[in-house]
Amino acid sequence: MKHDAEFLRHLYRRMISIRLFEEKIGELFLGGELPGFVHLYVGEEAIAVGVCASLTDQDYITSTHRGHGHCIAKGAKIGPMMAEIFGKQTGYCKGKGGSMHIADFSVGMLGANGVVGGGYNLAVGAALAAKMRKSGQVAVCFFGDGASNRGTFHEGINMAAAWKLPVVFVNENNQWASTTPYRTTNNIEDIADRAKGYGIPGVVVDGNDIFAVLETAKAAIDRARAGEGPTLIEAKTYRIKGHFVGDPEMYRTKAEVQKHFDENDPLKNFAHKVIGAKLLKQADLDAIASETAREIEQAVGEARQAPYPDEAELFADLYVEGVK
Amino acid sequence: MREITFSEATLEAMAEEMERDARVFVMGEDIARQGGIFGQFKGLPQRFGTDRVLDTPISETAIVGAGVGAALAGMRPVVDMHFADFITVCMDEVVNQMAKIRYMFGGQCTVPVVLRAPDGIIRSAAAQHSQSLESWFLHVPGLKVVVPSNPADAKGLLKAAIRSDDPVLYFEHKALFPTKGPVPDGDHLVPIGKANIVRPGRDLTIVSYSMMLHRVLEAADKLAGQGIEAEVIDLRTISPIDFDAIYASIAKTHRLMIVHEAVKTGGVGAEIAARAAEENLDLLDAPIVRIGAPYVPIPFSPNLEKLVKITADDVALAAKKLCN
Repeated sequence: MKHDAEFLRHLYRRMISIRLFEEKIGELFLGGELPGFVHLYVGEEAIAVGVCASLTDQDYITSTHRGHGHCIAKGAKIGPMMAEIFGKQTGYCKGKGGSMHIADFSVGMLGANGVVGGGYNLAVGAALAAKMRKSGQVAVCFFGDGASNRGTFHEGINMAAAWKLPVVFVNENNQWASTTPYRTTNNIEDIADRAKGYGIPGVVVDGNDIFAVLETAKAAIDRARAGEGPTLIEAKTYRIKGHFVGDPEMYRTKAEVQKHFDENDPLKNFAHKVIGAKLLKQADLDAIASETAREIEQAVGEARQAPYPDEAELFADLYVEGVK
Repeated sequence: MREITFSEATLEAMAEEMERDARVFVMGEDIARQGGIFGQFKGLPQRFGTDRVLDTPISETAIVGAGVGAALAGMRPVVDMHFADFITVCMDEVVNQMAKIRYMFGGQCTVPVVLRAPDGIIRSAAAQHSQSLESWFLHVPGLKVVVPSNPADAKGLLKAAIRSDDPVLYFEHKALFPTKGPVPDGDHLVPIGKANIVRPGRDLTIVSYSMMLHRVLEAADKLAGQGIEAEVIDLRTISPIDFDAIYASIAKTHRLMIVHEAVKTGGVGAEIAARAAEENLDLLDAPIVRIGAPYVPIPFSPNLEKLVKITADDVALAAKKLCN
């Protein structure tokens, strides 16, 4: 393995942050503390972290309704994310967005999106801007297997391919479109096969293996940066949690989920590899995990204490130039 | 003052703004090679290059979505809808993305996109190429909507729209493109949200915009011959509506009529009538009158099409009844 210990710690910190953040959100939601509803990214951490490891703060990503992991992977801070999910004034969006609409423009995170398949064209546009400015920036669009059946998939990827835009489309095939299994609504095993129809590379990668994701994503991002156009990556994974927290999950058995988690947990995979290669020790990972857990507890404490948005905030930010 | 066509006026606006700001670009179907169906983009690619005047695939969600994405990444896109009817194909991009992104992200970004939408009845274009759908968009907080009626306003409102940090829908009536009118030299801007009193009068107020303003002015001439002086207001912007101008006028005339080409049911006139009745019923001496198209798709046969078009005689007749 060619990665140095510092980089590996960084990867683990991001992955464990997502895992612990999501578990905490699930707990808070079931405890009745959070408004709205939440979709968790547990079990898919290797994809967001593996992809974003090759991006800078100047690069862009677009995300989905299951977006907390993408935020953390791109470098958003736990504190304002937590506050946003609580609907507080100190949140990233002053409490106006919530779980499905977190954005952090300071690190190029152009927003989660409540509309499945709503992100493709935003990423294509960001990539178009990068190409016009010749800035060398790259845009990455994360989307699920369910979103691969939106018409926007076709329109966005075709336009990006025709114009050789610096964008990478990262499909997180977690096997479930809400409550519907992937193969009941698709006639192909691999979404990546569709790349052929656009004349761009399509690559399948094990989404539970961060090192495989890293390598695949880096090649695609480098290719985009070099002006060679988009790539479609399909990262195979499995949605460990329900579609949303509180989903009764009548459509699958607990045993099926447990089997996937036992066999494919991306964090366990990571630990196994780095400890096996003697690059990090279990104690290193444990130290990162407890530090992260403390950070999340602190974020929860601060979010609980933070004020809700003032009523005067209701109309703020609707228009830049005032409208009565 | 020099006279130019509506189409030439929009072209001047585009060229001046593209000259002034390198972030401004335009994309849509058949605009670079063809110069637009109505010639409204002719010469732009020769002057600014096909990197800034882009022929897109027939992919409305990608055209508008990528416009929004490019705006989020710092550009100032103008996107062309070919025909306003085709906005129906990308309503998510307009309503859920363009209109809401700034607000739901707590003001982290601006969305300076202009969406140009040629609308209205022309030469039996039939049900899917003739509609006036502008009223849908007053119902969506976050958008601004402008509806120029003459070349000077076409230029001034387009320039103001391009400079606006808020998303603006620019509805341009297809039958107005070849019409001529005086346009001031130089950097002519018309503020968004300000109506224009185009003809002062004492007996009734007629509010209109876009193509129908011309039918109203013809009617006002006829009425003057019969001793009725209509005050004619060109709204120019329908979101936000300049209610101050309307109320100042009805304080004088005590009678209100609204005229538009769009279907009367649920139209701009309905909003103006409801607001005027709620807020200033005491100013009115007679019921408010609305004139709009009957509740039917636009038919093809010229014989039937003419039945859904508002004429100056329709307006004059209704005005006479209102004043008696």
